[in-house]
Amino acid sequence: MTDFTYELGADGVAVITWDVAAKSMNVMSTEGLILLDQLIDQALADEACKGVIITSAKKDFAGGMDLNVIAQMRAGGAQTVFEGVMQLHGVLRKIERAGMDPKTLKGGKPIVTVLPGTALGIGLELPLATHRIFAADNPKAKIGLPEIMVGIFPGGGGTTRLVRKMGAMAAAPFLLEGKLSNPKAAKSAGLIDEVCEDPMAAARDWVLSVKDADLVKPWDAKGYKMPGGAPYHPAGFMTFLGASAMVHGKTMGVYPAAKALLSAVYEGALVPFDTALKIEARWFTNLLLNPSSFAMIRSLFINKEALEKGANRPQVEDQSVKKVGILGAGMMGAGIAYVSANAGIEVVLIDASQEAADRGKSYSTGILDKGIQRKKVTEEKKAEVLARITATTDYTALEGCDLIVEAVFEDPGVKAEVTAKAEAVIPETAIFATNTSTLPISSLAKASKRPEQFIGIHFFSPVDKMLLVEIIKGEQTGDVAVAKALDFVRAIRKTPIVVNDARFFYANRCIIPYINEGIRMVAEGVNPVLVENAAKLVGMPLGPLQLVDETSIDLGVKIAKATRAAMGDAYPDGAVDEVIFWMADQGRLGKKADAGFYTYAGGKRAGLWDGLADHYPQAEAQPELHEVQHRLLMAQVLEAVRAFEQGVLTDIREGDVGAILGWGFAPWSGGPFAWLDIIGAPRAVEICEALEATHGPRFNAPALLRDIADKGDSFYARFGGGQAAAAA
Amino acid sequence: MTEAYIYDACRTPRGKGRRDGSLHEVTSLALSARLLNAVKERNGLSGHAVEDVIWGNVTQVGEQGGCLARSAVLMSDLDEAIPGLSINRFCASGMEAVNLAANQVKGGAGQAYIAGGVEMMGRVAMGSDGAAIAVDPALALKSYFVPQGISADLIATEYGFTRAQADALAVESQRRAAEAWAENRFAKSIVPVTDQSGLTILDRDEYMRPGTTMEDLGKLKASFKDMGEVMPGFDKVALLKYPHLEKIEHIHHAGNSSGIVDGAAAVLVGSKEFGIAHGLKPRARIRATAKIGTDPTIMLTGPVPVTEKILRDSGMNISDIDLFEVNEAFAAVVLRFMQAFDVSPDKVNVNGGAMAMGHPLGATGAIIIGTLLDEMERRDLSTGLATLCIASGMGAATIIERV
Repeated sequence: MTDFTYELGADGVAVITWDVAAKSMNVMSTEGLILLDQLIDQALADEACKGVIITSAKKDFAGGMDLNVIAQMRAGGAQTVFEGVMQLHGVLRKIERAGMDPKTLKGGKPIVTVLPGTALGIGLELPLATHRIFAADNPKAKIGLPEIMVGIFPGGGGTTRLVRKMGAMAAAPFLLEGKLSNPKAAKSAGLIDEVCEDPMAAARDWVLSVKDADLVKPWDAKGYKMPGGAPYHPAGFMTFLGASAMVHGKTMGVYPAAKALLSAVYEGALVPFDTALKIEARWFTNLLLNPSSFAMIRSLFINKEALEKGANRPQVEDQSVKKVGILGAGMMGAGIAYVSANAGIEVVLIDASQEAADRGKSYSTGILDKGIQRKKVTEEKKAEVLARITATTDYTALEGCDLIVEAVFEDPGVKAEVTAKAEAVIPETAIFATNTSTLPISSLAKASKRPEQFIGIHFFSPVDKMLLVEIIKGEQTGDVAVAKALDFVRAIRKTPIVVNDARFFYANRCIIPYINEGIRMVAEGVNPVLVENAAKLVGMPLGPLQLVDETSIDLGVKIAKATRAAMGDAYPDGAVDEVIFWMADQGRLGKKADAGFYTYAGGKRAGLWDGLADHYPQAEAQPELHEVQHRLLMAQVLEAVRAFEQGVLTDIREGDVGAILGWGFAPWSGGPFAWLDIIGAPRAVEICEALEATHGPRFNAPALLRDIADKGDSFYARFGGGQAAAAA
Repeated sequence: MTEAYIYDACRTPRGKGRRDGSLHEVTSLALSARLLNAVKERNGLSGHAVEDVIWGNVTQVGEQGGCLARSAVLMSDLDEAIPGLSINRFCASGMEAVNLAANQVKGGAGQAYIAGGVEMMGRVAMGSDGAAIAVDPALALKSYFVPQGISADLIATEYGFTRAQADALAVESQRRAAEAWAENRFAKSIVPVTDQSGLTILDRDEYMRPGTTMEDLGKLKASFKDMGEVMPGFDKVALLKYPHLEKIEHIHHAGNSSGIVDGAAAVLVGSKEFGIAHGLKPRARIRATAKIGTDPTIMLTGPVPVTEKILRDSGMNISDIDLFEVNEAFAAVVLRFMQAFDVSPDKVNVNGGAMAMGHPLGATGAIIIGTLLDEMERRDLSTGLATLCIASGMGAATIIERV
C-alpha cells in the first residue's frame, strides 16, 4: 500500500505525493493516514529536509474521505469514531505545528500543499492544516467542503480552521451550503493562498525562503481574535443569533448535520484551538452515529453512485449511445435533446412541423445562452452542442440511430403511429424507448415489431434539472434494452432506477397518494396551512397543495378520470375528486392559471386561497401535527412498500434513491425504506394501525412490513446486501 | 405558618434609558444605595434589622455585575451585617425578589427582607450579558428561540389582536399614567432621586408622552417585521412551532411596547413580629406567590398560566381579585390576559403601565406590586394580583390582600 510516497530533492525540499492505486481520484483511508503520519515524522526528523510539499500524482488532489471507511468506523461505535477522528486531528495538527517550539513558535519546517486540480472534503482539510496552499490555474477544478450535501459536516478540522481563518459569517457558505469554487474564486474567498501557472515551482520557492513567523497560524499566535467576532462579542453575537435562526428556518429543523456543525462552530469559538478540535470531533462522532445522517450518506452517496455505475445493469456488452433519435420536440423532447447533445451524443429531433422541431432545438440555445451569461459555457461549446442537434420532420434522418426516445403526446394512438414510422427506418438492432409517465409500457410495446427492444424511459420535468430517470421494463423487454437505457442515462449524467411495468410505475405511484392525502384533509376541514406546514416540517420540499398547484389541477382531473375509468368500482379516491373537480370548475387550475389552492400575484404565491375555507369549512377540532405528518408520509411510504412487495421495484436502494431524487421525499430520512428502518417496523405498523382505524384501509400495513416487524428485521438487513449493520 | 406582610413599597421615578435621560448620570450602585437608604429612613430601621437585601437585576455585567446587591448594601447606610443577594428572573426579577422574601419569612428564615431591584438600561445595555439561549445553536434550535418582539407579534397573531387594538391600549395607558400623575396617585411611593448634596435629579417619570393619539401611533413602523420576514427570518422559526399559522402579523412598535428606562424599586417585607418590634403597621399580606415555565417561543403568555396556577394553589377565583397589574411588556401580553380571564380593562393597569412609563427590567416586578397596593388603598379594595411575562418563557404572579 503506497497511497503516499516521499522523495527528498537535492535542494532539501521533500515532496510527498498522494497517488492511491487503482483509483482515478485520491481518497483518504485509515492506512493512507497512517502512512502520511509516518512520512511527516520522517520529514521532520530528517535534518537534510528543509520543508515539504504535499501534492498529488493525479490530475486532481483528492475527492475526500473514503466513505466506506466512515461506514466502517461507524459500525465500531462512538469510541471508535471519536478516536479515529482525533487521530486524524493529531496528524493534521502535527503538520500545522511542523515541529516548531510550542513557546517561541520557532524552528518549524514549512509544509505546503500543491493542488493540481479538484480538492474536496479531507482533500481541502489537509491543505488547510498546511502552511500555504498553491493551486494550478485549472478552471475546472472544484475546491470546497461539500460534506453537508451528504448529511455530515467537515470533521477533519475543516470546520474549526475555516471559521478561525475567515470568521463564522464568511465561512457559512462553504460549511453550511457546501459551496464549491474554482481556484481563482477560492483564492479571492481566502480558502487557498495562491493560483499559479507552475504551482510546484512557486511552492518550492516559498518553502526555501520562508521565515519562522510565516509558519504560525493566526490562531496559534498571541492575541488571536476571531474575524467577525466570537459569539459573545457584540458583532459576533448578532452573527450567531442570525445563524441559528437561518439554519433552523432553512432546514426546518430536520437535518442533524447543520445543527451539529453550528454547535461545533459555536462551542469551538469559545475555547482554544486544540480544545475546539476536540469539540468538533465530539459533534462529528455524534452526527455520524445519527441514523438520519448515515441514511443520507448511504442513499445520496454510496447507493446513488452504485446505481449510476450500473449496480442493476444486465451483463451485456457496452451499449453506449452514439446517435439518438427523439420523436416529439415538445417540452420533454426538447429537454432530452439538450441533455443528449450536451453529453456528446448526436441527436435527431423530429416533430410534425419544421417550426415545432426548430422550436425544440431553440430550447437548447436558450439553456446554453444562460450558461454563457453565467460564464459556465463558452461560445465554442454552445456551437458544438447545437451542431449535434438536427431538427427535422424527416423520419429518414433516423437512419443509423442506435436509440430512439419517443416523447410525443400521452396518447397510445399517436405513440403507436410514430413507433411504426420510426421502426421502418432505424436499424434492426436499435432500441426504442418511450417517454411516458402514465401509459403501460407493455401495451405500448404492442405497436412495436421488436417488443424485446422496446422499453420505457420516464424523464422528469424539467429534464435538464431533474436528477432521476425511471427506466421501465415491459413484459417482453430484454436485457440489451435495459443496458442501453442505463448506458444512455449514465452518459447524460443522471441517476437511473429500473422498475417493472405497473400503473404509474414507481415515482408517480407514490407522489399521487401524497397529493391526494393533502386534498382529502382539505375536504375533511383540516386547516390547509397545517397540511402544508406539516409536510415541510417533515422535510418535503413542497406541501401537497403547492405541489398540485405546480403540476396543475386539470392534469390531476385528467389522471383521476383515466384512473377511475381503468379501475371501475375499486377506485378509492372519490373524496379527492370532489375537491379537484370543484376547483377545476372554479377555474382554479393551479399556478399556471394564477389561481389554485394558493392565490398568486404576478406568478408568485401569495398565500392560501381564502375561498377554500368557505367551501370546506375548517373543523372545530384540528388534528395533531404528528397525525397530519404520519398521513402524508405513510401515504407515500406504504405505496413504496407495496411497489416493492409487488415486484414493481426490485431493489430498495432504488426505492430510496429514486424517492429523494425523483420527488424530493424527505432527504434527511434517506428515503422511504430507510425511514421505516429508522423508526423501526413495529412502530411503523403501530402508526399504520392507528391511521387505518381513523382513516380507512389505505393505511393497512402491507404484509411485508408486518413480517419485518414480527421478525425483528429491517429492510436493509433483509434486502440491503449488508448495508444495514451500520444503520442500526 | 408565619404570614408575610408588606410594610413599605417605594420606587424612584423612571428616567429615559438613553444618553439624554435624567438618570443617565447616576450609577446603578448609587441609585440602589439611595433607595435602600430611603427604606431605612422611612421605616426607622437600624442595625441588623433585615435578614437580607434581595435585589433583582437582569443585566448583571459591568457596574451591575459582581453581586450588585451586596455592593449596594455596603454603599448604603444599612448595617454591614445585612448581606445582599442579586437575582435574575428577567422581567420578573423585582417580583421574584419580593416573593422570595415573602416565602423566606413564611418559612421562618428571618423576620424581614428588603426586596426589589434596579435596572439602568441606558447605562448597561439590555442583552450585553449575553445569552446562551439566543446564540448557542444547541438550545436556540431546541427551544425555537426568537426575540421577544417576534413572540409578542406571535401572540397577537395566535389570539387575533389587531394593530388598532394594541394601539388603543397604548393610548389608554398614556392617558391613565398622565391622569395618575396629575392626581398625585404615586406620591406615597415615589422617592425623588437626589445627588450627593441633596439636589434633585429626577422627581417624576419622564418617559411618558401624555396626549398620545391613535394617529401618532399609526405613524410608527412595526419594529420586528424586518428581522421576522427578512434577515435573519425569525418568523420562519416561530412558525415551525406554530404550523397552523400561515404568517405572523407584525403589530408591535415602540409605542405599544414597554419603554427602555432607568429606575429602581424596593419593598419591605416582614412578619407580624417584625412590625410589632419596629412599631410598623402592615399594609398588606402577601397571600400567594407563583412562577411557571411556558413555551419559550411564544414566550410571553406566562401571565395566563401563572395566574391560573396561583388561583388554584390559593383556592381562589379570578372574580376574587379586585384589581390587576399586568406588566405592559407588549400590548398583546395584556390583551391576551384580559381575553383569557374575561376581565374588564377597568380593573387592569388603572394607572397606566410600562408602555407609558417604561420597564426597568430588574425593578418593574417590585414597582407594580407597590403601584397595585397604593391603588388598592386609594380605592379601598381588598385583593390585588400582579403578574409579568418573562423572557425564555416564564410567568410570575403575586396576590396581595390588605389587612
